[in-house]
Amino acid sequence: MQIKESPKTYDAIIVGSGAGGGMSANILSEAGLKVALVEAGPYFDPKDPETMTQLKWPWESPRRGAGTKRAFGEFDMSWGDWEVKGEPYTHAEGTKFMWWRSRMLGGRTNHWGRISLRFGPKDFKHKDIDGLGENWPISYDDVKPYYDRLDKMIGVFGSKENRYNDPDGYFLPAPKPRLHELYYIKGARKVGVDVIPSRLSILTKRINKERGVCFYCSQCNRSCRVYGDFSSGSCLIFPAIKNGGQIDLYTDSMVKNVITNDEGLATGVSYINKKDRKEYTLKGRVVVLGASACSTARILLNSKSSQHPNGLGNSSDIVGRYLHDSTGAGRMGFIPDLMNRKTYNEDGVGGMHVYSPWWLDNKKLDFPRGYHIEIWGGMGMPSYGFGFNTSELNKYVGEQIGGYGDKLRDDVKRFYGSVIGLSGRGESIAMYDNRCELDPHTVDQWGIPVLRFNYKWSDYERNQARHMTNTFDEILEAMGAKVLGDKPTKENDYGLLAPGQIIHEVGTTRMGNDPKKSVTNRMQQLHDSKNVFIVDGGPFTSQADKNCTWTILALSMRTSEYIVEEFNKKNL
Amino acid sequence: MKRRESLKGLLIGTVAGATAMTGCKTDKQIKETIYKDLPDYGRTPEEKDWDKKILEAEPFFNKHEMETLSILCDIILPRKGDHPSATEVKVPEFIEFIVKDMPDNQLPLRGGLMWLDTETNRRYNKQFSSCSKQERITVIEDIAYPDPDLQKPAMSPGISFFNRLRNLTLTGYYTTKEGFKDLGYLGNTPNVWDGVPQEVLSEHDVQYDPEWIAKCVDQSKRDIIAQWDEKMNLIS
Repeated sequence: MQIKESPKTYDAIIVGSGAGGGMSANILSEAGLKVALVEAGPYFDPKDPETMTQLKWPWESPRRGAGTKRAFGEFDMSWGDWEVKGEPYTHAEGTKFMWWRSRMLGGRTNHWGRISLRFGPKDFKHKDIDGLGENWPISYDDVKPYYDRLDKMIGVFGSKENRYNDPDGYFLPAPKPRLHELYYIKGARKVGVDVIPSRLSILTKRINKERGVCFYCSQCNRSCRVYGDFSSGSCLIFPAIKNGGQIDLYTDSMVKNVITNDEGLATGVSYINKKDRKEYTLKGRVVVLGASACSTARILLNSKSSQHPNGLGNSSDIVGRYLHDSTGAGRMGFIPDLMNRKTYNEDGVGGMHVYSPWWLDNKKLDFPRGYHIEIWGGMGMPSYGFGFNTSELNKYVGEQIGGYGDKLRDDVKRFYGSVIGLSGRGESIAMYDNRCELDPHTVDQWGIPVLRFNYKWSDYERNQARHMTNTFDEILEAMGAKVLGDKPTKENDYGLLAPGQIIHEVGTTRMGNDPKKSVTNRMQQLHDSKNVFIVDGGPFTSQADKNCTWTILALSMRTSEYIVEEFNKKNL
Repeated sequence: MKRRESLKGLLIGTVAGATAMTGCKTDKQIKETIYKDLPDYGRTPEEKDWDKKILEAEPFFNKHEMETLSILCDIILPRKGDHPSATEVKVPEFIEFIVKDMPDNQLPLRGGLMWLDTETNRRYNKQFSSCSKQERITVIEDIAYPDPDLQKPAMSPGISFFNRLRNLTLTGYYTTKEGFKDLGYLGNTPNVWDGVPQEVLSEHDVQYDPEWIAKCVDQSKRDIIAQWDEKMNLIS
């Protein structure tokens, strides 16, 4: 098979169109660079009626929203989930990692929770506090200007709270709490847990003429037709194209490796066109990888050459190592006071209106890092699964479980909106041995060697999960709730979810000043090849008890502007 | 739609190996013919193929099973006043779809229906569907409630079956327009959320803290473009 070479040379080839790649495409094209944006999935625009699921009713589908073909329910806007057909991944024996991939323009930004938290000053230097992991080579002050611009460019609601490690931003006003959230505020405060308005990249107020304002359907996970929430397509890629940016989109194009020359510098990428199953190459002066922490590691490891025998950027043998995800654990409660609710339209923004940032000092605890608490509940729209075992709540009000007929019908109604859930999302410690590497025995349907994961939690995370569930039970009881389900125990890691399950994969190409201990420098530029940059979560030295997207965006902005500078200085 | 058209145009114009994109229109026309009778709710081509396969497949339940299922669904949710029964909103048809979409349900439901007939045969020497109303309810009473201490172990298979069927019936019912009406669900429509109604706050003895509300959106200004002073205060 002959490899087809593109005659054009781009200034930059960007791999991946999610948060990192979308931001880079926006910044580079605005600066006048000629950009190829290469995405492994198809084209997607949230306003396209053909693929839109927002405001669909459950009865429009014969399976009523069930997750048969999409793990988070069939209206969730992610094409691809824990599994992608024909693109497997494997595990080292006795380990588990769950890897979510969205194969579409905009990637996972089309369905994510929009929780947009800045990392704080401590989060960049946590080794200084507890001696674990590694400090970032940069500090909050290096990133702050980019967070500031990001807030105004994309929009995030929240509130000024003057909390040292949860820095304020240029916030849009927060939505008012809903009834179950008022119960949460009361319960949390009673047991000394802080609660503040949540911080989500959803427009509660107009920020420009191009994007619409939130109309409170609570379906950000379905991607917004009026662009009222952040997704990489609606907020970064489409505006850049509209403003005359020279961006060529290559969709359904799966990048296999970066091509390098005799000096070890990148000259382009090789990709498989999924439509005709043929291999093509693109030429570029700079390669920007934003394929996701693990996919980028895979591309680098698959980019072996005589100059880079261990894979591109991998002279340190660090590529794929220090992979880490947020921790997660949760509890649910039933609030008898919320029975027999008067119904009204309670749909809010897509997600919680209030949350609890980390409020304790780890010095007094048996685990090193914090977590934040997310809250769910209310009178949401029924879909597949609604009514399952509802009658079991009878046990908490001294009535018979089970049954049928009018009593059952009444049960469904009186219990509607009376269950609340609390989820913890915390920081794990990045470990040298937690990694993804190439599986020497397996290729995907495109002939590309796949990743093999090797990831285990430590007692740091297990103890943190134990603290989460203990705290949640306390809060729930203080709210007047009956805690549902068995208390997790040591045998099930205190309810700690599997690595990868929170979908915050970071750390596989971590940044640092020492090329022997890190993959990129402080500008997210490969130590081993100066015209290759990484703009996804890979360069994260540590995760923080925050969601990673807002920091991916800020850092991608920073790196992309550095690329423009270096380009103009003719250093690239 | 103009912008999208132009974006798509750009896409087609610049992709190396544009062969991939040519003939697209014909493909689309073909697909529209193939999928024209399918429900339209934003499916990818692969998902459409799956729906088509299920919707065009042979029925899973035979006539007798379907008849029994319908009787059971209406025992679980009979008509009540203006609110229709489970069969009136096609819950059995929903279950027929689901067992093909999620085949794990097939054996428990088929086996459970058979178990029920066996049980009524033993008691009354006839199949469940031929039983009188009273006979049916007598059996249902024995399987409609959990029995964690296994006080009547012979009923266990029936209890598991009925629990599964109750779940599917409730889900099938409350994901219909009529089910929404019964429940009082009023969302999934453009709205401007401006807090819990005062009467509900009073009823629950909670209130909005003025300090908190000061941080919240003034919905009368939602369309005014946001501006801040240099101290991060919103000033518009």
